[in-house]
Parts: sequence; structure tokens; C-alpha cells
Amino acid sequence: MSKVRVLVGTRKGAFLLSSDGKREKWEVSGPHFAGWEIYHVKGSPADPNRLYASQTSGWFGQVIQRSDDGGKTWFQPGTPPGEPTKGPDGMPKGESNKFVYDTSAETGKPLTTHQFYDGTQHPWEFKRVWHLEPSHSDPDTVLAGVEDAALFRSTDGGVSWHELAGLRGHGSGPRWHPGAGGMCLHTIIQDPKNPNRIYIAISAAGAFRTDDGGKTWRPINRGLKSQYIPDPEAEVGHCVHHVAFHPSRPDVLFMQKHWDVMRSDNAGDSWHEVSGNLPTDFGFVIDVHAHEPETIYVVPIKSDGEHFVPDGKLRVFRSRTGGNEWEPLTKGLPQSNCYVNILRDAMAVDSLDSCGVYFGTTGGQVYASSDAGDSWTPIVRDLPAVLSVEVQTLP
Amino acid sequence: MIRVILPPHLRTLARVSGEVELEVEGPATLRSALDALEASYPMLRGTIRDHVTQQRRPYLRFFACSEDLSHEHADFPLPDAVVAGDEPLLLVGAIAGG
Repeated sequence: MSKVRVLVGTRKGAFLLSSDGKREKWEVSGPHFAGWEIYHVKGSPADPNRLYASQTSGWFGQVIQRSDDGGKTWFQPGTPPGEPTKGPDGMPKGESNKFVYDTSAETGKPLTTHQFYDGTQHPWEFKRVWHLEPSHSDPDTVLAGVEDAALFRSTDGGVSWHELAGLRGHGSGPRWHPGAGGMCLHTIIQDPKNPNRIYIAISAAGAFRTDDGGKTWRPINRGLKSQYIPDPEAEVGHCVHHVAFHPSRPDVLFMQKHWDVMRSDNAGDSWHEVSGNLPTDFGFVIDVHAHEPETIYVVPIKSDGEHFVPDGKLRVFRSRTGGNEWEPLTKGLPQSNCYVNILRDAMAVDSLDSCGVYFGTTGGQVYASSDAGDSWTPIVRDLPAVLSVEVQTLP
Repeated sequence: MIRVILPPHLRTLARVSGEVELEVEGPATLRSALDALEASYPMLRGTIRDHVTQQRRPYLRFFACSEDLSHEHADFPLPDAVVAGDEPLLLVGAIAGG
């Protein structure tokens, strides 16, 4: 029977939640990296035992952790236990923690500036990894979306990281600016049919696409309207919160923007709003059913000033029409006195026959639905605030 | 032999449970002590000093013999008692956050 493994990143560590295909009884493992912020944990599609985790701290900076046994044991890829601590050049290892913007004349870009909160220009400064996206085909290749916004790639299992500097060097950087969470690259989507095409999204710059494997990028924000920036229809500057797609239709994208739920049917060349009858179109998460490309999920949040669900009711909204027509899903979810948020990377779906949907809250609950959202059950109720949720469907 | 006391999270990263003991080549300074620490425990690279600038991370402090060495130059000689191994060099995380 198939199994599922839910990878949960929280403010104070990582947790792995495992179940068989019935998804009724769960085994909880953790906290891993207790006390550290775990922004993201994700498994390799090419080798489900290969997991990557972003471990970060305001005190000690960024650490990348890797597991080759499905999360039983972890190590920093640059310094595997039992191996020499120095490389052939005599220098200490430890490269896996090293994210340095590429400013070399040959491959990189000068250390550019972006707009700061007060409108002044500010140099790029590395802070943390928000999102790790392993390759579809190679367990050792993984992309990292970081704050201040840039994209890095490792092709050696997380030992060394190199910036894909064409994105930061696009030229529009002076018009990118941080959102409340910092200027983060939080979404990475690799087209499974076209390895040269990657989508990314940045708060608050917008969405970008490369069609040449990451060398050059262009903004794909036409149709977005953001009333909170000087030019609401600017080429860049939009606070995109998350983007999702269905692997069978990589040209169809769904976006939860700061305000507005959006859709593109042409790989981001243009967008139109599909917020429809949502009670509020502010939110963070958005995801797509594993088997129904027109079935999408969001969790509306009251407003940009009040980051919790409206009316004290935790409701997932599902559209079976690719947007515009939404139904609230409430069975098993608290419908009074609930004031949690669901952050942008904290929803995922499994690929079992009856699609499982999972999300984590800032109140520490991780909810699961084994019937595509019709009903929900908390797997755990009292974790630290949940930052991210990913799911692996295992044989 | 220099004794170094790491904050708990760095002890976990370095997979050590107590004090760390280091042999420092040449004059014992903050820089040479941290170089020796990172040579023995390379997983700590970047967690104490910035990878590029080699500056102390802002929320970490260095103390020895009841003195705050955090703002001393990297080539500041460590106190004799630290060099002799009688007193440890302490790396302390700032009290901040929750």
C-alpha cells in the first residue's frame, strides 16, 4: 500500500508525519533541528529518501541539512560525519552553508541594489533560504530561493551553491522591494516538460520566467493590479504571495497575490483575476488538486493588516472551475474563535487516488483531508508555528 | 591548548557535548582561535563569522576572563589565562527573540 510523508517546517524545528495510504493513523517524528527556524523541507522527486532542509537562525545564519534515508538521519552536505574536515586544498569544508552572491565579471552581476522600506536604495544582503526545489530528475541538483531575493543552484547534493545571477541582474532590481517578511524568493516551479523553463516569484517584485535554464529572466506580471504601489500595473513591484500549477499543464498558473487570486493560461504572459465569490481575496497559500487541474484551493485571510482567517472561521475554499466559483470547506475545521494564518508554503497535496490535501497554521496545527478537502482532521494540534508543509507520496 | 565554550545550538551543529579544545598555531588571537575552531569543525563556518567579510555575526558575542572581546580587532591577543587553558573563550548568543 502507498504511504505518505508530510514534511513540516516550523519556527522551532522540523517534524515528519507519516501514514499509510488510508491517512488515518499518523506517526510523528521530531523535532529535528530543535530550536531553529525551518523554513522549508522538501524531498527529491527522483529519490524520495533524499530530503533537503533549510535551517536558519537570526543568531547563526543559514545551514543546509540533507537526509539520504528519508529523514531518519541528517547531515550538512559539506561536512558528512566521518569524512575529513579539510578538502584537498587544505581548506576546511563547510561550503554547504555558503550562499554568496555571484559578483564575478565572468559569470555574475555587480552587487546591485533594491528599494528598501523607506524608498532608499539598499544593497543585496543574504539572509536565509526560503524554499528548496529539488530537480525532477537528479537528486543532487536542487534550487534554492533566498532572501534578499535571488536563486541559487547546487549540482552536488547541497555541498556548494552558485547563484543564477541573471535573475538579480535583470535590471529591474532597483524597483524590487521587501514585503513584511523580507525581500524573499519563495516560489520555484520547474516545468516538468521543458527543463529550460522555470518560474519564480518574489515578494515584492512579482513573478519571473526563464526559458533558457536560468541564464535570462523576464517579468511575467501583465494583468496584475496592485493598488498599494505607485503604478498599480507596473512591470515589477507586485507582492506575489505564491504560485501553483498542475504538472500536466505547466502553462496554466494560479497565483495568490497580496490581494487577488489570479490565473494565467499562457505561462504567465498575462493574468486575469479569478477571486470571484471569495469572502476576501487576500491570502498566502494556493494549490492545485493532484488529479483535477481545474480544482484549486486557497485559504482567505482577513486583510493585509489582520493576518488571520475572517470571522474566526478556518475555511479552505475550493474551486472546481479553475477559479471564480468557490465553495467553503469547513467540515472538521474550527468555525469559531479561530485566528490563525496559513503561510505561503504551508499547503500541499499528495497524489493518492483520493487526493490528500494538507496545510499547517501559525497556531501549530497540521490539518489533513483524505477526500480532496470535503473533510479535515488535525494530524497534530500543538506544534510551533508552521512555516511550510510538503508531502511525499511513497510506494 | 585553548578551551572554547560554544552556545548550545552550535554544540549541536558541531556534534560536541561540552567544551572544545583547540591547538592554535602561532600567536593566539581571536582570528587564529576561530580559524582553528572552523578547521576542526567546518560545519560552523558561516555561523560565527560571515563567509565573505569574516565579521562577527551581530547576535554573537565573545567573552574571556570576564572581559567583553566582541568589539576587539580580529588580531587582538587572547588573554594569557586563555592561552594557558586556565580560562575558556566563550561564544555567547545575544539574549533576544523568543
